Amino acid sequence: MTARQRADRLTGLAFVSPALLALTVLTVYPGLWVLWLSLQQRIPIFGIARFAGVEHYAFLAGDPRFWTALRVTLGFTIISVGLELGLGLAVALALQRQRLGRRLALSLLLLTWALPSVVTAKLFQWLYEPSAGLVNVVLGGSEINWLGDPDLALPALIFADVWRTMPFVALLCYARLLTIPPEVYEAARVDGAGRAATLRWVTLPLLRSILLIALLFRTLDALRAFDLMFVLTGGGPAGMTETLTVYAYRSLFQTLQLGFGAAIGCVIFALVMLVAWAYLRALRPEGAAA
Amino acid sequence: MKRRSRLWDVAVLLLLAVWATPYFWQVRTSFTPDHELLTTTRPLPASGTLEHYRAVAEKSVMPRALGNSLGVAALTTLLALLLGLPAAYAVARLPIPAKGLLLLVVIASTAFPQITTVSPLYLLLRALGLRDTWTALVLANTSFALPLLMWLLAGFIREIPMELEEAAFLDGAGRATVLRLVILPLVAPGVASAALLTFLAAWNEFLFAYTFTASEASRTVPVALALFPGVFEIPWGDIAAASILASLPPVIIVIVLQRWLVRGLVAGALKE
Repeated sequence: MTARQRADRLTGLAFVSPALLALTVLTVYPGLWVLWLSLQQRIPIFGIARFAGVEHYAFLAGDPRFWTALRVTLGFTIISVGLELGLGLAVALALQRQRLGRRLALSLLLLTWALPSVVTAKLFQWLYEPSAGLVNVVLGGSEINWLGDPDLALPALIFADVWRTMPFVALLCYARLLTIPPEVYEAARVDGAGRAATLRWVTLPLLRSILLIALLFRTLDALRAFDLMFVLTGGGPAGMTETLTVYAYRSLFQTLQLGFGAAIGCVIFALVMLVAWAYLRALRPEGAAA
Repeated sequence: MKRRSRLWDVAVLLLLAVWATPYFWQVRTSFTPDHELLTTTRPLPASGTLEHYRAVAEKSVMPRALGNSLGVAALTTLLALLLGLPAAYAVARLPIPAKGLLLLVVIASTAFPQITTVSPLYLLLRALGLRDTWTALVLANTSFALPLLMWLLAGFIREIPMELEEAAFLDGAGRATVLRLVILPLVAPGVASAALLTFLAAWNEFLFAYTFTASEASRTVPVALALFPGVFEIPWGDIAAASILASLPPVIIVIVLQRWLVRGLVAGALKE
């Protein structure tokens, strides 16, 4: 090892240690602590603090509220992400043909994505207001209680989420489309491919990898989503929009069962990791599978 | 052909404007007097008013919350940059032991659900006596801001040709000097993009702020908005005005700093 290499090693350590220390204290340590916490029964207001083992997890296995929340979380995730990918792709393809006003188009598009989700929640609360909300007015003065009807609340929530996050997918696809050299389309035209055939055999295959990345990002975010439902519906009506995150939050800070809430948090973490792992596995190039 | 493409451009813009309508509607609501709010739905109110903004400015905690949010988001960005820039350079260029493990921690940290770490962080911050302070929020936000920033910056630094640094080494410069005088100027646009995304994420953050704050001493804008008080009726106009104020930094970023925002967003996803 040369003096330069040795010096680089030391510099590298010095450069990386503050960040590493911060990450250790702020994510790794809490990550381990929450696991430990989930094995305890901690209810501070009653002064209860004892080791509970896997009691919380065993309880969750037979807890109908947990299974409903899991179903809501998965339903929300699958439908939201599906719609976002479909719509986002369509918008990206539309933007690709855009010549004038691209900057304005991107401003309108990214506006809805960049808002704080609490703002989005407040905005849609007003739009869904039963008697004077814009949605009902547009529908001809019906008095539908969007957020209060157990059958409509989840679709209404999903629409708000799609509104907020579709632009992310659209932007990623659009950025990828911009990197496709015009010669590729030229070649397709020379080969006699029409618009539909070009889309099917040229554009979509080139978008495949960015769509998969968008799918991963959006799925992980949808599984972790909290702000929008917490503020928009609070999990109601009758728990129809209560996701695992909302259930965890209520357990942690409203009924103050720290251990139990931590256990739900751990389940969410496991779910997120499972999805990420399955995704990376599916993506692993063939031949590299060992 | 030309005419058709002009038509297409206008159609796409119109569709996107329709998509953004909920936001424009909130702008309209914020200028509509109360007595008109529940009765008319004309695109523009018969008489515009600033009463909602006045109410928010004089009677709500919003002014204080705007200051808190600005401070917390700026300090989060600053701290994450101070910690993240040297670390990103080391990850991109230097031989550090267990680099694979470090990268795994960084990636896993970006996937950490906030709801999972919120309870131990709450206990930690309470034990440190930091509840209801800016410091608590800055530290908590750093837990997601730092990995995001490191990831983006390491990508941007890798794009810089090695030769530029070599020349500086031949002149006898050390790594710290190279980082400051060679890398930093070249990666400045990337730093701007990454800082913008970090600021935006910190500005919009809700769960940590909602949990770790207890009073207007540290409540941020999203928390103040979520807790917006209504005595007998929901004050839709005031809430609209407060939401518009809460959305100003993101809207400015999207319109004025769009190039950097897009660059950061795309860089995070197109590079693996």
